[in-house]
Amino acid sequence: MGKKSIETLVGIFVLLGLVGLVFLALKAANLGSFSGGDTYTVTAYFDNIGALKVRAPVRSAGVTVGRVAAIHLDPKLYQGVVQLALQRDVQFPTDSSLRILTSGLLGDQYVGVEPGASEKMWASGDTVKQTQSAVVLESLISQFLFNKAADAGAAPGPASPASGAKK
Amino acid sequence: MTDIHQIAETTGHPNADLLVEIEHVVFGYDASRTILNDVSLSFGRGKVTAILGGSGCGKTTLLRLIGGVHPVDRGTIRIDGKVVNARNAAQLFALRRRLGMLFQFGALFTDLSVFDNVAFPLREHTDLDESMVRDIVLMKLNAVGLRGAAYLRISEISGGMARRVALARAIALDPELLMYDEPFAGLDPISMAIAANLIRTLNDTTGATSILVSHDVQQCFKICDYAYLMSSQGKVVAEGTPRQLNESEDPQVRQFIRGEPDGPVRFHYPAKPLAEDFGVTA
Amino acid sequence: MTGLVSWLGQRTLEILRILGHHATFLVELIRACPAALRRPYFVVAQIHAIGNLSLIIIVASGTAVGFVLALQMYYALVTYGAAESLGLIVNLSLTRELGPVVTALLFAGRAGTSLTAEIGLMKAGEQLAAMDMMAVDPMSRVLAPRFLAGVVSMPILAILFSSVGILGAYVVAVLLIGVDSGNFWSIMQSGVDVRRDIGNGIIKSIVFGFICTFVALYQGYEAEATPEGVAHGTTRTVVIASLGILMMDFVLTALMFSTP
Repeated sequence: MGKKSIETLVGIFVLLGLVGLVFLALKAANLGSFSGGDTYTVTAYFDNIGALKVRAPVRSAGVTVGRVAAIHLDPKLYQGVVQLALQRDVQFPTDSSLRILTSGLLGDQYVGVEPGASEKMWASGDTVKQTQSAVVLESLISQFLFNKAADAGAAPGPASPASGAKK
Repeated sequence: MTDIHQIAETTGHPNADLLVEIEHVVFGYDASRTILNDVSLSFGRGKVTAILGGSGCGKTTLLRLIGGVHPVDRGTIRIDGKVVNARNAAQLFALRRRLGMLFQFGALFTDLSVFDNVAFPLREHTDLDESMVRDIVLMKLNAVGLRGAAYLRISEISGGMARRVALARAIALDPELLMYDEPFAGLDPISMAIAANLIRTLNDTTGATSILVSHDVQQCFKICDYAYLMSSQGKVVAEGTPRQLNESEDPQVRQFIRGEPDGPVRFHYPAKPLAEDFGVTA
Repeated sequence: MTGLVSWLGQRTLEILRILGHHATFLVELIRACPAALRRPYFVVAQIHAIGNLSLIIIVASGTAVGFVLALQMYYALVTYGAAESLGLIVNLSLTRELGPVVTALLFAGRAGTSLTAEIGLMKAGEQLAAMDMMAVDPMSRVLAPRFLAGVVSMPILAILFSSVGILGAYVVAVLLIGVDSGNFWSIMQSGVDVRRDIGNGIIKSIVFGFICTFVALYQGYEAEATPEGVAHGTTRTVVIASLGILMMDFVLTALMFSTP
């Protein structure tokens, strides 16, 4: 094996590795799509962020327009403070609202933006208070049971012996 | 080819100009076993000196100590007046550039060709361009009679040829001190004669000093100027010119020189009395 | 009783001594790396011997693993109607775990053993001692280039394993089974993060390359100069390297992929 041919073969080997890396990064992962780049930051306060995670998408009309950059708790207001990194080329009116939604039935949670009607747009560093928290399962269940109990209270006759018999 | 016997006879005791001096060296690889017990040897400049002895008496260890592979436990080794310090990497580097060692079975680099093996020290230590390297390599191979085998692979050459290639590699940088570890071991009579002749001729033509470690008395005496005999206890038992050793009355010397099976070095490994082992009562 | 205690004590001291020996060898090896990098041809030649010559087994294994993963995952996912996520699951399995780990295990078996045997035989044939006597440092001329080559080759091989695995899964899922091609890629793309999944996978494979090559070189250097010695050395290389890889994989996975 001549010196030159060995070096050429090793060069091919390294090249194959780079090609594989590029393939993985572009075709098989999310590098091709939005990541980093030009963004502006908006801070939102939520009563409950549910299962929202950092790097979760921010979507409007189903289209991803940003990512959750950071999450922490405000020690005075006891509210969740979520920093959103939004694409610079997408602007939202200042009265837009934010909701934490779930993608699909069992999917990950993301932040949905409902655009408002104002003429002024969010600037970098703005704070948003028009937020709706994530739906918490326990609250749903207790709400359901409360409703059920309320229905039962409205029609007392048939219900009481049944509830008495249950004891 | 000059008469090797004549040369060996005329040169005498190497007292005059010593290249290597070993003084009262004590050495063991670990604390439990001391290999060399207070040995003192000296090697005259430009002479061929042999170290004879049975297996395990520390001859190869001596070569390693001279080359600075291990530090001595006690005593000093001097080369050209300077003490060999095995812990000083820079000094060792400078020292090893001036010596060439022939290992027992050649220790050639099996992944390189004959040419590349001999060229190795040249390529590592000099900035000579490839055409000069080629000339030197072919000259060295010519000196050992293997110029035609330059492009063979190591797997394609015989043991005797491998030894000669290793010799060519050892002399590639024209060293002042040449050390041979059992150069005759395992060779046929013709190869042995070739090796002996090469060792002596190289020594004389280049003015180098040669140290020859072997247990082949016949071949050594044909070419060496002075010899030391070591015992298995790691001591120097006798020294002298080949003629002096041949005429020695010392029983240890006579047993080794004459190759007698039993003498001061016992035939039987220490064991219980014969009667005990075979259950024979007296 | 005292016999047992003293035996335990001796064994502990022996293990500590061996650990220390490993550490000194590692330090000398790393110290020899800059000198080795000054003669890049020797590193390149070793990358050829270690990396290029492992390509066939890595690519073949990667494709096979990709095929099998796609098949098995399909049968599991189709019952939940989630067959479209096949690409995502195969990708994550490969880039996060199987790529680095399986490549490293194959590497230990193929390249690790050949390194151990080569170094062991060189030492037995006094080639390293001869080099030493010729004032050439065997560490920087022989060992360090192989070490650097191993650390460089492993990530490349792991990437290739994952890539051909994904392609193999594509072939099985889309071309053979009939999963939708567009969904296959887009669901995969939305779920795999370059930094987190691919990047961590590469970090893992670098660590594994380090472990494999170091163990192989150490076992070769310390092997007894006999045929049995070299044979034991190669066995130890595979066993120790494999165990090291699997344990480090657990540690690294816990560090990298535990949810914040």
